[in-house]
Amino acid sequence: MNMELKEKLLSSFMAFEERVDVQTELHDVRTSALKNFENKGFPTKKDEAWKYTSLNAILKNDFSVFPKNETAIEFRDVKKYFLHEIDTYKLVFIDGVFSSNLSSTTHEGIDVCLMSSALNKPKYKMVIDTYFNKVASKDESLTSLNTAFANEGAYINIPKSKVADKPIEIMYFSTGSEAALLVQPRNLVIVGENSHVQIIERHQSLNENPVLTNSVTEIFAQKRAIVDYYKIQNDNHEANLIDNTFVSQQKESHVSVHTFSFGGNLTRNNLNFYHFGERLTSTLNGITIIGEKQHVDHYTLVNHATPNCESFQDYKGIFSDRSTGVFNAKVYVEKEAQKTNAFQKSNNILLGDKSTINAKPQLEIFADDVKCSHGCTVGQLDETAMFYMQARGIPKKEAKALLMYAFSNAVIENIKIPELKKRITTIIANKLGVKMGFDL
Amino acid sequence: MLSIKNLHASIGDKEILKGINLEVKAGEIHAIMGPNGAGKSTLASIIAGNENYEVTEGEISLDGEDLSELAPEERAHKGVFLSFQYPVEIPGVSVTNFMRTAINETRKANGQEEMPANEMLKVIREKSELLEIDRKFLSRSLNEGFSGGEKKRNEIFQMAMLEPKLAILDETDSGLDIDALRIVANGVNKLKSDKNAIIVITHYQRLLDYIVPDFVHVLYNGKIVKSGDASLALELEEKGYDWIKQEQEA
Repeated sequence: MNMELKEKLLSSFMAFEERVDVQTELHDVRTSALKNFENKGFPTKKDEAWKYTSLNAILKNDFSVFPKNETAIEFRDVKKYFLHEIDTYKLVFIDGVFSSNLSSTTHEGIDVCLMSSALNKPKYKMVIDTYFNKVASKDESLTSLNTAFANEGAYINIPKSKVADKPIEIMYFSTGSEAALLVQPRNLVIVGENSHVQIIERHQSLNENPVLTNSVTEIFAQKRAIVDYYKIQNDNHEANLIDNTFVSQQKESHVSVHTFSFGGNLTRNNLNFYHFGERLTSTLNGITIIGEKQHVDHYTLVNHATPNCESFQDYKGIFSDRSTGVFNAKVYVEKEAQKTNAFQKSNNILLGDKSTINAKPQLEIFADDVKCSHGCTVGQLDETAMFYMQARGIPKKEAKALLMYAFSNAVIENIKIPELKKRITTIIANKLGVKMGFDL
Repeated sequence: MLSIKNLHASIGDKEILKGINLEVKAGEIHAIMGPNGAGKSTLASIIAGNENYEVTEGEISLDGEDLSELAPEERAHKGVFLSFQYPVEIPGVSVTNFMRTAINETRKANGQEEMPANEMLKVIREKSELLEIDRKFLSRSLNEGFSGGEKKRNEIFQMAMLEPKLAILDETDSGLDIDALRIVANGVNKLKSDKNAIIVITHYQRLLDYIVPDFVHVLYNGKIVKSGDASLALELEEKGYDWIKQEQEA
C-alpha cells in the first residue's frame, strides 16, 4: 500500500519531467529531492518523529498524483470560506491548479502571484536562486517529495519598506473530480526589510473524496520584517494535511504563525523556525479542537542560534470522543545564543475516556545565560471554575462549554485581523455550543 | 427562610462541620465570624451546593424546601447566591455575556422567557450605576486582571443583577482597602430588603461597621459556639479569637 503510492510517485516523475524544463538548476534540485524520497520512503511509526502518527491507512488510497485541468467553481459557492467581509488579495487553487477566476493577484508594489510563474519566468530567476528550497529541509522525506514535484503554489514577495495594504488569502480547494487526490502545494514567502504582511492559508475539500495535501511553505523574514501567518485547518473528515513550514528570520524580525486545527481526518503540522540574527521574535500559537476519531499532530522546532532572541509557543487543545493529539515541541538553544528567552506552553483538556494527547516538550540548551521554560498540562476542566458558574445558575453543560471557550481564548487574543478573530471565535463558539455575541 | 439543622459535613475523611444550627429569616443580616480553619467558607460552599463536600448528617432547607439533592445551579435558580472569596477568572467571557447567560439560564429554569436584549442593557446600566461601576469594566473578561477590590465589586454587581433571596458573602472584605470596602458595603446595603436575607462571612469586625448585622455567630472548630447581636462583633474585636478558644477549652 505504502509501496504502491511510492512506486506510483516515482514512476510519475518521468511523466512530470515531460512537462517541465529539465535543463535547469531547479530540476537538479528536484531530482536530488526525489532521490532522497526514494531512499527514505514515507515515514512510518518506526521513525521517532512519526511515533504517534501513522500514515498507513491514508496511503492505502489510490491517489491521483497529477491535477487535471481546472474544474470551475462559482465564488458564491465558496464565499463562506473566504474572509469576504474585507478586501484581500487571493491566490486560489482548485485541485492544485490556479484559478484566475477566483483569484486576485498583484504586481503593484508587491508581488502576490503564482509559483509556476516564479519558477519559470526569467525575471524571477534571481529570487528563486536565492531563496527557493534554501530553508526547507533537504533531509526530511515528505518535504523532499514536495520539492521533487514542486510546481505550483503561492509566491509572495514584499520588497523592503512596504506594508502589504491588504491581507493575502491562500486557498486550496479540492473538488472531488478525482476519486482520491494528492496535492502538493509549494509556497514561497519573502518579506523585505521593514516590511509587513498578513497571510491566511486554508485548505478546503468540497466533497467527501479523500484528499492528501503535502504542502511546503518557506518564509523568509528580512531585518525588521513582520509576518503574521494564520493557518485555518477546518476541512472535512476525509481530508488529510501534512503541512511543512520553514521560517528563516533575520535580525529584529517578528514572525508569528497561528494554527487553528478544527477539522480534517489527520493533520500534521511541521513548523520550524531558524534564527539568523539578533533581537528577533518567533511566535507559535495553536488551538486544536477535535472529536470523533480526528488526529492532530503539532511538531515544532525553534532553533535559537543567535543571542538576544525570543520565542513564544502557546498551544491549546481540547479533545473529545476518541480524538488524539500530539504536541512535540523542540527548542534548541545553541551555545552562541546567550540571553535567549524561550517559552513553551501546551495546555490540553481531555473530555472523553478515550481521547489522548501525547506531549513531548523538549528543551536542548547549550548556552548558559538563558531563560527557558516549558509548561505542559493535561487535564479536565477546572472544578472551581465549574462550581463558580454553576453557583451563578449556569448548568454544568453550558458551564463546560463556556470554560472551554475561555480556555481557547488566550490564543485567539493574538489574532491581529479583527474579522478573522471574529470568524475564528464564531467557529469555536459553535463547536463548543456557546452562545456569544452580546456586548455593550 | 434558611434553616440549617445539625449539619455535619466532611471533605474526604475530614469532618469540617460538626453540627451547625442556624435560622435566618427574611429581612435579616447574619454575620458569621471565626478564626481561620473554623469552617466558615466551607459552610458557605455547602449551602451553595459544592459537590466536593459530603453532607453526612443534618439538613439545609430554603423556605421549607430541602436543598440537599439540588445541584448548585438549581440552588441558584431558587435564589441562593454565593459571593466567592476568590472569584474565578474566565478569560474571553465578558462580564455582560456571563451575566446574560446566568440570568437567562435562571429564567429558563423558572419557566420564564429570556430577557430581551434592550431590557438587559437597561438593567445592566441601572445596577452598574448603583454600584458606581464604570461601563468599560463590564466589557472586560470576567475577573481577568481585576484587582481584589474590583473582583469583589463585580461579585456584588452580579448579586445586584441576579437579585437573590439568600446572599452569602464569603470574606467579601478580604483584600479591600477602606474605599473599596465602603463601595461594596454601600452596594450590599442598597440591595437588602425585607424580602431577602444576607449572611456575611468575615474574619474581621471592620465590614460590620458598614453592613450592620442583626445577629452575629461565632464559628469555631466546626460548630457555632456563640451567638449574639452586633455588639458581639465588637467584643470579639476587643478580646480576639483567643477568648473564644479559651472559653471552649475550659
